[in-house]
Amino acid sequence: MPVLARWIEKAGIPTVVVTMMPAVAEERLTPRVVGVEFPYGHSFGMPGDKAMQRQVLELALRVLAGAGAPGTRVDLDVEWPVPLRDAYRGWQPKEASPIVKVLLETGRRPG
Amino acid sequence: MKVDSYRFLPRSFRSYYEGRGPFTGEEELVWVPFEKRLQESRIALLSSAGLFLKQSQPSFDIERERAQPEWGDPSWRPIPAHVDNADRGVAHLHINDEDVIADPEIALPARLLEQLATDGVIGGSAAQHVSVMGYQERTLVGWRDKTAGEVIAHLRSQGVDGLILAPA
Repeated sequence: MPVLARWIEKAGIPTVVVTMMPAVAEERLTPRVVGVEFPYGHSFGMPGDKAMQRQVLELALRVLAGAGAPGTRVDLDVEWPVPLRDAYRGWQPKEASPIVKVLLETGRRPG
Repeated sequence: MKVDSYRFLPRSFRSYYEGRGPFTGEEELVWVPFEKRLQESRIALLSSAGLFLKQSQPSFDIERERAQPEWGDPSWRPIPAHVDNADRGVAHLHINDEDVIADPEIALPARLLEQLATDGVIGGSAAQHVSVMGYQERTLVGWRDKTAGEVIAHLRSQGVDGLILAPA
């Protein structure tokens, strides 16, 4: 996603990436980054929590319009309101993805 | 608060992401200033949660991914700002999709963006946002050779002044 953002920015459209992995987005030289410490699949927050979703979206807009230099990163100061163990299990698919199955079966490490 | 980028990632996958530096061929900084005021700007959303319209669009090709685990469908779907949530399907084998199905706004907050336009925070939202499926071949060849250009043309046709991307 950071690379896709870069291609779109290169084409003249300003971008911001809202991500659970802001350090990775920084390494990939993403123009503008909003970090959220949320489980995967939940970029804008908890289902049904409109206030949390609005907080994320408004921060993304502020960074999109207000950042002054490439590599700007702003992290959202919101903790995920679910115990870590539950949230960690909760975001993962019920069945391992095809590539994860291959990795588990072959003992290969990712990458 | 500084976000821990690996808090929810299985430990064995951390080395896949950490310390890799820029993507090959993407070592230069890129930057376009945001020139307008937000209140006069049209904003679009792009999600990689694999959203599609069940009534009118094909799903992302998860059957081919099952057969070729290192391949991910590189195509994209336009998602109307006013789509019925019940018509939004999800095709993504790498996340538990229950919460996204229950509330697609956590991945692509189209209704909330419309609300921000009504509230005067932004000038308007794109009529059609963008959906991709985030699991891709390492080279990103499909996105680079086809999808990126099509998405850029789509965003231009929508008169978009800025884009919020959200990896799932």
